[in-house]
Amino acid sequence: MKLGYYPGCALEGSSKDYSMSLARVFKEIGLELEPIKDWNCCGASAAHSTNHKLALALPYRNLAMATEQGLTELFVPCPFCSKTLINTNQEIQDARYKMQDGNYDGTVKIINSVDIFTRLMDKIQSKIDPARLKGLKVACYYGCLLVRPPKLLKYDDPEQPTSMDEVVKKLGAEPVDWEFKIECCGGGFTVCNEDAVLELSNKILEDAQENGAQAIIVACQMCQINLDMRQKAIEKKYGVSYNMPIIYLPQLIGLAMGIEPKELGLNLHFVDTSSVVSRPAEAGQRTTHNK
Amino acid sequence: MSRIGVFVCHCGENIARTVDVVGVRDAALTMKGVIHSEDYKYMCSSIGQNMLKDAIKSKKLTGVVVACCSPKMHEPTFRNASAEAGLNPYLCEIANIREQCSWVHEDKAIATPKAIELTGLMIEKVKQNSPLGDIQVPITKKALVIGGGVAGIQAALDIAEGGHQVILVEQTPSIGGKMAGLSETFPTLDCSQCILTPKMVDCARHKNIKLYTYSEIESIKGYLGNFEVTIRKKARFVKESVCTGCGLCYLKCPQKKIPSEFDQGTGYRTAIYVPFPQAVPNIPVIDKNTCTKLLKDRCGLCEKVCPPGAIDYTQQDEIITEKIGAIVVATGFELIPNNLYGEYGYGKYKDVINGLQFERIISASGPTKGEIKRPSDGKVPENVVFIQCVGSRDPSKGLPYCSKICCMYTAKQTMLYKHKVHHGQAYVFYIDIRAGGKGYEEFVTRAIEEDGAVYLRGRVSRIYRKKDKLIVRGMDTLSGNKVEIETDMVVLASAMVAPKGIEKLYQKLGTSYDKYNWLTEAHPKLRPVETTNAGIFLAGACQAPKDIPDAVSQASGAACKVMALFSRDTLNKEGTVARINETLCTGCQMCINACPYKAIELKDIKNKQGQLIRQVAKVNEGLCQGCGVCVATCLSKCPDLAGITEEQVYAEILSLS
Repeated sequence: MKLGYYPGCALEGSSKDYSMSLARVFKEIGLELEPIKDWNCCGASAAHSTNHKLALALPYRNLAMATEQGLTELFVPCPFCSKTLINTNQEIQDARYKMQDGNYDGTVKIINSVDIFTRLMDKIQSKIDPARLKGLKVACYYGCLLVRPPKLLKYDDPEQPTSMDEVVKKLGAEPVDWEFKIECCGGGFTVCNEDAVLELSNKILEDAQENGAQAIIVACQMCQINLDMRQKAIEKKYGVSYNMPIIYLPQLIGLAMGIEPKELGLNLHFVDTSSVVSRPAEAGQRTTHNK
Repeated sequence: MSRIGVFVCHCGENIARTVDVVGVRDAALTMKGVIHSEDYKYMCSSIGQNMLKDAIKSKKLTGVVVACCSPKMHEPTFRNASAEAGLNPYLCEIANIREQCSWVHEDKAIATPKAIELTGLMIEKVKQNSPLGDIQVPITKKALVIGGGVAGIQAALDIAEGGHQVILVEQTPSIGGKMAGLSETFPTLDCSQCILTPKMVDCARHKNIKLYTYSEIESIKGYLGNFEVTIRKKARFVKESVCTGCGLCYLKCPQKKIPSEFDQGTGYRTAIYVPFPQAVPNIPVIDKNTCTKLLKDRCGLCEKVCPPGAIDYTQQDEIITEKIGAIVVATGFELIPNNLYGEYGYGKYKDVINGLQFERIISASGPTKGEIKRPSDGKVPENVVFIQCVGSRDPSKGLPYCSKICCMYTAKQTMLYKHKVHHGQAYVFYIDIRAGGKGYEEFVTRAIEEDGAVYLRGRVSRIYRKKDKLIVRGMDTLSGNKVEIETDMVVLASAMVAPKGIEKLYQKLGTSYDKYNWLTEAHPKLRPVETTNAGIFLAGACQAPKDIPDAVSQASGAACKVMALFSRDTLNKEGTVARINETLCTGCQMCINACPYKAIELKDIKNKQGQLIRQVAKVNEGLCQGCGVCVATCLSKCPDLAGITEEQVYAEILSLS
């Protein structure tokens, strides 16, 4: 089984652990990803805030190439990329945007970083042992762009989303009821206004901890970077201690499958993940890894 | 030979701006049969009307066409003027060159020829008009009031005091409406129940008022002065004539955890219940959806304990038909559900409540006996955040309108909170403070200055839980700062909306309502208590959000309209009704089935020996509304509308060629 794939820049750079875990989990269930050949930048916030046409043309090229490759569905692990691609599709469908000499019709279906696992749940469930994650309390963090803007994405409830919680429940872990599922982590401000990121991400970590989460599960590399890489700085600035592992959803799936943590990139995080990776036996019935 | 007079109105600038009025006047004079034509700035003024009267008399006119605004506006004016000058009023016609011409066009070169054509049409029609007389219809001097809130109660009492019979229909088990559930009322802080319950009791005692509580309108037929209403009196499972209202039944009922509708879900009731202690009538009902006896045929405790034996589990709904002459609709409002706002928790936080729920919590008769305790754990809130305009003035939630009462009741609630929790602090998020009304502005100032409510101008973006507190995150747009308030309780001033499903009743009544399901008044300024349907009046918040003083004054206004109607014995009805040509009628009955007013019946035609020869259609002129459906339906062309005959319509069309 093959699935169209648009990796986006982060997956090939700063978020290697994300792409490693995705590749490893898909391998386990026998799903082959077919990347768009010669894909280019989706434009992300840079194009979107400077040039409207460029913000539509960059995703257009990717989508048009996907069609040429015969792909009708595209898995896009980065929520920002999936939003820009869906936006271009919508503009084409609403006839607000037309590429000169282009005949792409805006119909390539974009699958986001949570929906993919909801769709594949049958296959995933045949490969996991829910006992491995039993008793692990996690906070599912959706961030902003997975569910918003709602009118464009039409995915899950924009204020109280539950799709990731459903996936996590089926893996055997226990999603906690918490308040910051969709709060902003600071996003791209991590480069230009670190203080804003520290303030916002601190609240997310605080609420997750207060509600008993042992880890935060994310499906966006930007969220992961802010909560993971900036966690030390947050702890220092606010005089708090979290040691909260920030785990990608595919990493958690991999753990439920019993895959070696290193193969999932769990050793590449800033915050030590061992509290999740090697939980004491009484917390769950963790068995040995498949080697 | 016709002698037609044409009168063209400028309507100030309204018509003259886009229509060459003098051109229309001159063109009319060239038309066949027209012997007189003039124009005037305001034809509806007394000077204009006198011009018309003088011309009718001096030139012996046989017909009049006034080219002016819509006939809905001034047809009666000019017909009356014609009658005063001795011309049969039905020989006066209106050519609408304002709404259907000048207001919808910009180009004078196009609008003027159109105005001439419209006038020409009416000239051709009026030539064929024949004098008609009004039809006298008797009036049933009994009124129906739908809705037993404060507006309905007031309307019923006023009409009853005027000496006429009133039927008051209320769908819940007691009259009293929303007002019965309020704590104290702005701007005087009198106790809501203390001022309302005497009126409720008066209603029940009044010899001219017949109460139907726990009842709904099934259907309504008829027309102004002669309606027939069918009422479904839902089974109470308690015999009203036997029950003494002792209350033993609901004291003993084992089902004690049913959320109380009257307490807005903040308290509980039993399966057999009266909504509140002062209920009128003080007769319990059994809720068939929760009663163990009715659901599973077990329990039956209330029957065993009832001293006079008033419980009757076999009672059925009763259908009652009443003849009435006028209707007052006072169906009120409800609040948007708390779960509409995802950012405020979709109703998942127990301590985020709406204004009506807070009223129950601070009310002395409420579930906490007036002690302010928050719903989640019964703790006295150290501070409360009030949020105004929740839903109101928010086009993104589909409600662009202002709910009008929230600014005032929020100010009142901050005061009542402070009066009960002296060390407590109230915060109010608002967009604007709209305190227009007698003593209203002073009242809000008092809330701020004497009771220390902190008003923050801005909206709340999010409410979330932190341990046992709620964090309200908003914006203070006056200081430009983000605000986060840690609070124990949040009260939403939720938007007022029309009751869910109420449009079904309005469809039965045939009254028009707007896209928010508020009833439409006949004229927003000059006929605010009438609907577009003759004989149906409105009172209270079924028209738009309203506070108690406004609802009560409108109710008295509606009652006054009903009494004016009932001051006559008969009604004058326009003579434009269908007439049957009996020679042509084959008695096929197609028109009888088609008539939406059930105004046609069969008439026997007998020979001299009294034997039945055939049957033909016969129009009841009192019922006929002149809609013309029978004319269009008949295959042998035997019905025709007096005043709008087929020949007249053809004449109009031919004038265009």
